[in-house]
Amino acid sequence: MSEKAGLIYKTTREIRGPLLVVEDVKGAAYNELVEIKLSDGTEMIGNVLDTFSDRAIVQVFGRTEGLELGVSVRFTGELIQIPLSDDLIGRVFDGSLRPLDHMPDPLGAERREIFGSVINPAAREPPSEFIQTGVSTIDGMNSLVRGQKLPFFSEAGLSHNIAAAQVARQATVLGKEEDFAVVFCAMGIKHEEYEFFRREFEKTGALERCVMVLNLADDPIIERIVAPRIAQTIAEYLAFDLEMHILTILTDMTNYGEALRSISVAKEEVPTRKGYPGYLYTDLATIYERAGKVKGRKGSVTLMPILTMPGGDITHPIPDLSGYITEGQLIFDRDLSFRGIYPPVNVLPSLSRLMKDGIGSGKTREDHSEVSNQLYMSYAEGVKARGLVRIIGEVGLSERERKYLHFAEEFENRFVNQGVYENRNLERTLGIAWDLLSLLPEDDLIRVREEYTKKYHPNYVKS
Amino acid sequence: MSSTQGRIKRINGSLVVAEGLSDAKIGDVIHIGSLKLIGEVVRIAGKDVSIQCYEDTSGIRPGEPIFTTELPLVAELGPGLMGGIFDGLEFSETEIWNLVGPFMKRGVKVNPLNRKKKWDFTPKVKKGDKVIGGDIIGSVQETSVIEHRILIPPTIGGKIFDIKKGDYTITDNIATVQMSNGKKKDITMMQVWPVRIPRPYKSRIPSTEPLITGQRVVDSFFPIAKGGAAAIPGGFGTGKTVTLHQLAKWSEAQIIIYIGCGERGNEMADVVTHFPTLKDPRTGKQLIERSIFIANVSNLPVSAREASIYMGVTMGEYFRDQGYDVAIMADSTSRWAEALRDISGRLEEIPAERGYPAYLAERIAEFYERGGTVITLGSKQRVGSITIMGAVSPPGGDFSEPVTSISLRFVGTLWALDTNLAFRRHFPAINWLMSFSRYTDLLVDYWSKFDPDWLKFRDRALALLEEASKIEETARIIGEKALPDEQRLVLLISEMIREGFLVQNAYHEVDAFCEAEKQAKILRLFIEFYEMINPLIKAGVPIDKIREFSSIVEIMRLKERKGLEWIDKAKEKAESEVDELAKQYEILS
Repeated sequence: MSEKAGLIYKTTREIRGPLLVVEDVKGAAYNELVEIKLSDGTEMIGNVLDTFSDRAIVQVFGRTEGLELGVSVRFTGELIQIPLSDDLIGRVFDGSLRPLDHMPDPLGAERREIFGSVINPAAREPPSEFIQTGVSTIDGMNSLVRGQKLPFFSEAGLSHNIAAAQVARQATVLGKEEDFAVVFCAMGIKHEEYEFFRREFEKTGALERCVMVLNLADDPIIERIVAPRIAQTIAEYLAFDLEMHILTILTDMTNYGEALRSISVAKEEVPTRKGYPGYLYTDLATIYERAGKVKGRKGSVTLMPILTMPGGDITHPIPDLSGYITEGQLIFDRDLSFRGIYPPVNVLPSLSRLMKDGIGSGKTREDHSEVSNQLYMSYAEGVKARGLVRIIGEVGLSERERKYLHFAEEFENRFVNQGVYENRNLERTLGIAWDLLSLLPEDDLIRVREEYTKKYHPNYVKS
Repeated sequence: MSSTQGRIKRINGSLVVAEGLSDAKIGDVIHIGSLKLIGEVVRIAGKDVSIQCYEDTSGIRPGEPIFTTELPLVAELGPGLMGGIFDGLEFSETEIWNLVGPFMKRGVKVNPLNRKKKWDFTPKVKKGDKVIGGDIIGSVQETSVIEHRILIPPTIGGKIFDIKKGDYTITDNIATVQMSNGKKKDITMMQVWPVRIPRPYKSRIPSTEPLITGQRVVDSFFPIAKGGAAAIPGGFGTGKTVTLHQLAKWSEAQIIIYIGCGERGNEMADVVTHFPTLKDPRTGKQLIERSIFIANVSNLPVSAREASIYMGVTMGEYFRDQGYDVAIMADSTSRWAEALRDISGRLEEIPAERGYPAYLAERIAEFYERGGTVITLGSKQRVGSITIMGAVSPPGGDFSEPVTSISLRFVGTLWALDTNLAFRRHFPAINWLMSFSRYTDLLVDYWSKFDPDWLKFRDRALALLEEASKIEETARIIGEKALPDEQRLVLLISEMIREGFLVQNAYHEVDAFCEAEKQAKILRLFIEFYEMINPLIKAGVPIDKIREFSSIVEIMRLKERKGLEWIDKAKEKAESEVDELAKQYEILS
């Protein structure tokens, strides 16, 4: 952070959670960066949340233990900024961009505020480049495109981290070799989860193409507010200034939301659902919406936030509001996981809103969209039949229902299920899809137009 | 003593409190701090004036000056609106992009409408003619499909003293009116109107025409009348936005105003990038030539969202007053309500349900009531309409939450989106058991043109769908196989209606838009097919024999085929298959 400018106050009158009420402050700027120094020499940063003619309320990003009324609070006169350069790539930082890799502090000619600026909607380029992840449930049925934000909605203990690492490892744009980097931001995850990502990235050499911003489970909660914004500021810089293609992984957004809630509670704001503040939607949007593409610039920020749904409840405010901002979601399912299916993606509630723009003739394959729709519909039928079996047994099913039941089983075992290191190309994924659809009566394939059936259905394809 | 300048006392997010503005009025537009950020007065308490700031207040300090413009937030109305992309305060986002690059900057101000462009103005009245507010005095061909009619502002009336044909900018005088008190008023093509005040009209009239949208489930089952209001609630992933896009692309309205209010940037980019490439199926012209976009995405300051809805409606009223049918899509009204909640919370008002202010219902009602079919001001009889379609994003998909439940009280049509349908990729995911339309009876005349028995067939189809859902409940317990064949037939027909009628592929060249006549004919065929089969089943023909009919797939694929002749062909085929089966089972028809 910058050299010592600004006035130092020792007039803190109240400490409430992570909030300090500092008095006799003349005209602190809203959102201004504040540096706090404890008597034992510990330094922390904070920002101004509410400012009056004669006092300011400051939120502290750091441990609140040891805070006392006598702390020295320096108002720096500027907003929170970070230095930017391509030297950040390959580095590991904490949630306030202090190095964790025993290397010097980051430098950069360019300094930017971490709260960012909004991409002008008129200047946004609609994402349309298909990213092949090698994972059938994503490529085939929830295709990811460059500049999209596609979160993983998971539950504690499921394999979302393994899948995220697999995507980061395998993601390519068909027929293109381009400058690519991963920005990884951890919020409140466990050390072993972080170690997993580090090992995975190290093994494949991806670590050198990675910027890590870490706020682990035992780091100060409040730092989680700045960590993702630092990560996205770096991502934006690499993408739109240096024209690189960036994949940002934010994990775990549920921990972020809880940090936001605890500040809101300390501020005594009117809570809405489950104690979360009313501005949770907008706040999440200011992180998520920094993904995308900009007209006239080459780079892109693709965003993959990971969140664990408390109790598997998708209507919980964090997944619910995330779902309203992101362009789809991949749902990880405990049931599939128990049955040994990896990745345990339940495709029915999963969705990629931007899929249509990235697939089809000239991009992937002409039948891609309709095959995907047919899989959705047929699998939904199969799941319905499975529900019936639980009540009346398989003998009670009609022949048609039995076919769908079989289809659902095969779909999960052959299409959804794949190896952690299995990289399926799109042809392979669609090939499996058609093999599965051929288990059903041809007349039932109503979502696919006839000409595609004639062209791709195994009954017509001479191998 | 009045003063137009004051000082900031406090800043809390978008709320700025200032003192020293003695003559401030609620709604006055304020310029805040050295950056001159834009805000609006929302509360006055003694010397303190609370201002809702429409831009990010980071870096602003207590002590900085503020200035009042002494004017309310207005919309600039005139040629140049069509095809524009505006933010909630009507700043042209294209202009801002040209000025400061692809990232938004604070305090940037641009003119909403182009002041330099010249438009070819053709007068429609002449010197000496008497005019009153709302009269058309001339026009400009704004795009190849929209004739922009220049109106006398509502408060002006008298005799035309001067009027000129020629190329003018929107701020040039094109006419002068001599008022009855002798004063002369210059008329420009641009006028301004405060966005929070509805524009006046002569009277409201009931709507009797449907707004055809080309979407079968909407037009045939849950239609909306021109001048009506519809709410479209649904959890995330149920296809609210895609459905609204479809309605914006294909509805028969002459003018489309699309308000992206607190929604995704990429989706807004998709709309503004792809609309210009789409052609109107009726005029063959580009859709962009009759569309206006307000793009207030979710990460823009929340307070400007609140203004964006009023901005869009005011533009709509302006074109309504010219005699056009306007459709307004607002995506999403929930984000707008959240903006109300945000500012209410910062004002420390006592919250009602779920933190929303107590006046939420009032505001929602006011918004929907700005729609309607009216006889406009002016000496000649002219009718215009505004149809409002508002998306609602209920948290957790819970329709009992305040914004959804209040919206339902003030709309005539509900398109309830269903998560389970979306899971099966049944789009549009409009649930036929939860949705309603209060306009159906008004629209019978229109549909009788295509089929005198339209209402009967529509009601029959809905009844079959409802019956099927009850049978499905039973089937879920005992299995479909255990059901009597009559009931299995109902299931078959309902599946045919669902897949062959209700499901509509937005990305299929033919299916994306279905004209009214085709809708009426296909719908009739489903019911006729049911009535053909029913006697066979009653006579003991097993349902599995019926399922083998190749005409079933034919009928279900009619939606993808261009032209109406296929419908008769499919019917003939079905009839011959029925006859054959009847012969086989020796049933006399």
